[in-house]
Amino acid sequence: MLEILFSPETISSTVRMAVPLIFACLAGLWSERSGIVDIGLEGKMLAAAFASAAAAAYFGNAWIALIVAIAVSVSFSLVHGYAAINQRGNQVVSGVAINMLAAGLAVVLGNEWFREGGRTPQIPPEAQFAVFNLPFMSSLTGIPVVGPYLNVISGHSILVYLAFIFVALSAWALAKTRFGLRLRAVGENPHAVDTAGISVARLRYQAVIIAGILCGLAGTYLAVALQGSFVRDMSAGRGFMALAALIFANWRAWPSMWACLLFGYLQAVGLRMQGVKIADFEVPVQFINMLPYVMTVVLLAGFIGKSIPPRASGIPYSKDR
Amino acid sequence: MQTPPAIELIGIDKRFGAVHANKDVNLSVAQGSIHGIIGENGAGKSTLMSILFGFYAADKGEIRVKGEPVRIKSSTDAIGLGIGMVHQHFMLVEPFTVLENVILGAEGSAMIGPALSKARSELTRLAHDYELDVDPDAVVGELPVGLQQRVEILKALFKGADILILDEPTGVLTPDEADHLFRILGQLRDEGKTVILITHKLREIMAITDRVTVMRRGEVVANYETKKTSVEELAEAMVGRRVLLRVDKGPSRPGEMVLDVRDVSWRDRKGVLRVDSVSLQVRKGEIVGIAGVSGNGQSELLDLIAGITTPSAGEIVFENSVYGPDCTPRVLRGEGLAHVPEDRQHRGLITAFDASESAILGWHWSEALGESFHLDREKVINRCKEEMEEFDVRPPDPLLKSAKFSGGNQQKLIIAREIKSNPDLLIVGQPTRGVDIGAIEFIHRRIIALRDAGKAILLVSVELDEIRSLSDRIIVMFAGKVMGERPGDADERDIGLLMAGVTKEAA
Repeated sequence: MLEILFSPETISSTVRMAVPLIFACLAGLWSERSGIVDIGLEGKMLAAAFASAAAAAYFGNAWIALIVAIAVSVSFSLVHGYAAINQRGNQVVSGVAINMLAAGLAVVLGNEWFREGGRTPQIPPEAQFAVFNLPFMSSLTGIPVVGPYLNVISGHSILVYLAFIFVALSAWALAKTRFGLRLRAVGENPHAVDTAGISVARLRYQAVIIAGILCGLAGTYLAVALQGSFVRDMSAGRGFMALAALIFANWRAWPSMWACLLFGYLQAVGLRMQGVKIADFEVPVQFINMLPYVMTVVLLAGFIGKSIPPRASGIPYSKDR
Repeated sequence: MQTPPAIELIGIDKRFGAVHANKDVNLSVAQGSIHGIIGENGAGKSTLMSILFGFYAADKGEIRVKGEPVRIKSSTDAIGLGIGMVHQHFMLVEPFTVLENVILGAEGSAMIGPALSKARSELTRLAHDYELDVDPDAVVGELPVGLQQRVEILKALFKGADILILDEPTGVLTPDEADHLFRILGQLRDEGKTVILITHKLREIMAITDRVTVMRRGEVVANYETKKTSVEELAEAMVGRRVLLRVDKGPSRPGEMVLDVRDVSWRDRKGVLRVDSVSLQVRKGEIVGIAGVSGNGQSELLDLIAGITTPSAGEIVFENSVYGPDCTPRVLRGEGLAHVPEDRQHRGLITAFDASESAILGWHWSEALGESFHLDREKVINRCKEEMEEFDVRPPDPLLKSAKFSGGNQQKLIIAREIKSNPDLLIVGQPTRGVDIGAIEFIHRRIIALRDAGKAILLVSVELDEIRSLSDRIIVMFAGKVMGERPGDADERDIGLLMAGVTKEAA
């Protein structure tokens, strides 16, 4: 039991499980800080997973797969953006529509193209992302006790490192750049942005495009790096878990990363606990899988206090008030 | 050589569908002057300024800035021409600091660091030059409204504005804060900047402007040099007929006690004491006014008396019976209490309802409108028609959506509903907020008529003028407490000090 909770394998698996959450969570962060609620993270991730797996199978190249996935994910983003920004539609409805569309479309197209019941063929190793070994790491693994733990930060796919780089980049860009300042402002009070002579629609489109790119990365990681193929509904609620992490982290970048790592850890433990017995009692996997959601509710309800979303999120902008 | 006017508008015309918001408007504002634009709500002042600031495009007409013909297609163009605007509803990002708000849209480079330090030194300079002190690192949402307004002015000045438009700037200020604002505006003018002040308050126009333009129904109806005009002349030009600015009312004849509030306190959900041991009495045949800057516990007190909330301590006695735990607004209404709530749009009526439906809210259970659970639509409409006629609600159409009426007519609809219930006690919050002068006169007359009919009235208003012209006794609230009581004709200065929390003993 204890060795499962703290083993280097579990920690390493935590990192891998957290990565799609981090990408998706950052996607939500960018979108919602601009005032566009994005409940379609799940759908975009799934669409990107399918697109990347299909492209990897067809082209045999992971990078092409990534580009295709991003293109697909961004086009879904733009649909959401058009509905939310130009048409001033209900953003939750539009997001739900994207989720349903992606789930259905992936299986239908997959069946038509590959005839494997909605799956894509297994992606050959040469079409997957290269594993990236950090230099000096091999010499450190010899250190007793700590050595194996140090190793968890090495030997992952390049996308894993990209995820963490994006966390830092997002935090920095939001806090320090002109674009970040304006984006935060438009999520809080678009009227202030408009009267300052800045286009609200343009900023929000930029934000949903960034969200699309990040969901593209999340989906590609899921299909090409983690699983090696696409299977139906493979995003398995990660988009919603990312939203939970976002709320949990109070719409900030670094706390988002920690929340995703926490949820990733619970998933990793869940995977390893399958069949494990505590005093003759087999812990149901569903119980572990439930934990991220229970934690979000419990912690938000009592422990970390109020989580305050950007004030204008979900409200379509129109000039008159 | 003569300096060209700062702003010249020539033949500006703007329609929104069927509404002709600006009709062939001509306006000339001299450089280095304070120019007032006055008119009732819906007279087209705000539309005109929105055109000048690039928010709307005019259908026709020409704009000249400092003699040059210009096209203003967006706020960016306006800001580029040195025009800054302080909006009625502040355009601030509340979780941002003052500095962040000030640089928004004027960051200069892709990184905000340099702009932040530039703004910091600029703010120090402006604070020094114009009494515009405000902590640059304060979070704007946590500042009082007076300071938030200063941030708006700083924003405009930081962006290099030398023509400053202020839209109804004093609505949210105490008399003291308003005086401070006027001092700032005076200094800006002396420095050669041009100020355009949009307001519906005649007193402000007289106090601070050099010239004044009067608008009515989308047209400019008059231009005056402020020194050569009078409040009466302006009011007449605004409304298009003679207006009584001071209500005629005889002495009050207070009778027996109707409402007795005894040591009432109320804490909000966070445990903050919002109403602090308030005691007051209202008698038949008198109007008691509660003066105070918005947010000093008056609203909470109204809710307590209306039975919407329950006191944390103390008791309220209405018609010799103490409020019990089951004293809901409905029970109280049944016993003769009527309530005109402060927030007309959210509590006074339901904007999506027909006027006739809004006109029965709170009395919808009355047997006069239908038996048992049935509501007789015809009776409802007829009743509304009668009230509309008597209270001069325009347009007199009971089936028109409540939202489609102007603020003044919505208010008349609500006041009709409450007064027609023939109450023993009427509590009124902000009876004329956002209401035209013509309607104000009407509403005031009706309130006084109710008093003269021997009813008790408790009035809450942030407009000191209104309190002073209506009340027989004035109670001033500050920070949830009663600061003192004054007669209805008390000195304005004296009440102003109490509103700011200064008592005679302390001063």
